[in-house]
Amino acid sequence: MQRYLVRRVLLALLTLLVVSLIIFVMSRAAGDPRHVFLDDYSTQEDWDALTVTLGLDKPYYQQYGIFLFDTLRGKFGESIKEGRPSMEIIIERIPATFQLAFMAFAFSVLLGVPLGILSAVKRGSVMDIIGKTIALIGQSAPVFWLGIMLMFFFAVKLEWLPPYGRDNPTAVILPAVTLGWFYAAANMRLLRSAMLDVLDSEFVKLARAKGVSKNGVIWKHSLRNALIPVLTFAGVTLGNLVTGSLVVETVFAWPGLGQLAIKALFANDYPLLQAVIMVFTLMYVTAALLVDLMYAYIDPRIRYS
Amino acid sequence: MAEIGSRITIAQPSVGARIGKQLWAWRRLPLIPMFILAVFVATGLIAPLIAPHDPERGDIRARMVPPAWMEGGSTEYILGTDHLGRDMLSRVIYGARISLVVVAVTLGVGLVIGVIAGLLAGWYGRWIDELMMRIVDIKLAIPTILLALVLVLALGQSFLIIVAILAIAVWPRFARNTRGEVLQLKNMDYVSLAKVAGASTPRILFVHIFPGVVNTLIILASLEVGIVILLESTLSFLGAGVPPPTPAWGSMVADGRDRLAVAWWISTMPGIAIMMVVLAMNLFGDWLRDKLDPRLRQLE
Repeated sequence: MQRYLVRRVLLALLTLLVVSLIIFVMSRAAGDPRHVFLDDYSTQEDWDALTVTLGLDKPYYQQYGIFLFDTLRGKFGESIKEGRPSMEIIIERIPATFQLAFMAFAFSVLLGVPLGILSAVKRGSVMDIIGKTIALIGQSAPVFWLGIMLMFFFAVKLEWLPPYGRDNPTAVILPAVTLGWFYAAANMRLLRSAMLDVLDSEFVKLARAKGVSKNGVIWKHSLRNALIPVLTFAGVTLGNLVTGSLVVETVFAWPGLGQLAIKALFANDYPLLQAVIMVFTLMYVTAALLVDLMYAYIDPRIRYS
Repeated sequence: MAEIGSRITIAQPSVGARIGKQLWAWRRLPLIPMFILAVFVATGLIAPLIAPHDPERGDIRARMVPPAWMEGGSTEYILGTDHLGRDMLSRVIYGARISLVVVAVTLGVGLVIGVIAGLLAGWYGRWIDELMMRIVDIKLAIPTILLALVLVLALGQSFLIIVAILAIAVWPRFARNTRGEVLQLKNMDYVSLAKVAGASTPRILFVHIFPGVVNTLIILASLEVGIVILLESTLSFLGAGVPPPTPAWGSMVADGRDRLAVAWWISTMPGIAIMMVVLAMNLFGDWLRDKLDPRLRQLE
């Protein structure tokens, strides 16, 4: 277990290092960073001063070292557009992204799990067909389009919910449903096939033969075993929800990290963009790491292979 | 032996029964998904022949005309027009072409890189394997869309760069699965015999081992098509895909986003196209997997 743990943590650190290197190389490949701050009317002294401030007079490996060191301390420089530290802007926006991710996760479990059980227990019933339809839409419709369609029906046509923003407590519903739908579909499919497998297994047959009630078989004997793949997937979902927010936040103008990243991208606000990407990757890698460790804890086969 | 064999007569089923059996064997063909995919591929291939209008040039007098079946619609623009008066149907048709090309090139490049990486890692093992698999791990640990956005911003927006980015996104899965298969195949007797017979390593890899991996690759590729289409359209939607005015489905959805209340069809039509193709491809891929190799169910 210890060896696995060390390996896994090292891999996570290596991933972050590679991402920081990619960001560094790309920020240099994108052109002279001084152009972002200065224009043709700036004097030669301004250019020279900025060269020193940005450390561009040093060799590349030193520049990367400085960048890495600043990154570790959470110093990404000031956002060009807003003129204040990038980290400050990011920290302000984290609650919105977490709220959305949490609600989407709750939706995916609350919809996916019951539907998965019902469609497995009542195979071929109306519930099964409804479940399958939801799953098929969730896995085929592009997230951004689904969001726009939900917005069109529930905000523009029916006017039940606000179309965008985060001023109203009900505003989270549409983005959360949009973001969670794909994972609800995946949960449903996973649970359905796991339930079908378990329901067909010997120990369930034995339980039935012994006269355990129908509900007892479903809830106690089957569901507990069928939940294992769903739990694994739930972990994978968490990381993806954070990045899925890129698209959904843009569609619904939800003031979180995803929207910030896209805004920074199109405003050429490089310091801010670097910071957002590092924070996003950190969240994603941490989530994946936690899931793997939890999984290795639950399933000993993983850690010994 | 031959004598015994000749004395046994096997009842031949009648012709009718044989045809019936054939039909029975094909009963589970996913006909509707196959039809949708056929239409998609055909539309993409012959787009210039069937598109009624120029997809990139609009008639400024015919802006936001609703689809033909709605009030104010015209049969000249069956799916209506967008905010610049461009025919939606023609744009959807040309969009199919873009998606088709992107999918073909991306998967082609991703497959070649992934297969070579997987073959080498699985065959040579040791540090090559370790290196390749760590690269794969790292790649899978970085959120694709973010990576793509950074690359597009730094390198510029062009068709080639988009395809390169998508190929980077798809190759690790091919590599990982190829490697897994090679690990199993390389200990087979026939591979050892080929070695003894003096076959060169490239020959063993491509003539003896590669055919054993093809099934897995076909299935994986069919499941990746949907992923590539969704990725490409997401990038286009965010404004980091194939540059306008090229009619990519994702950017068409983005065009209609702020005009939902007045012209819902601008966003709706290309979205339906994406969904139909991805849905059909997923159903077809599932069928293919069950048909060729049910073990791969766990791939999901």
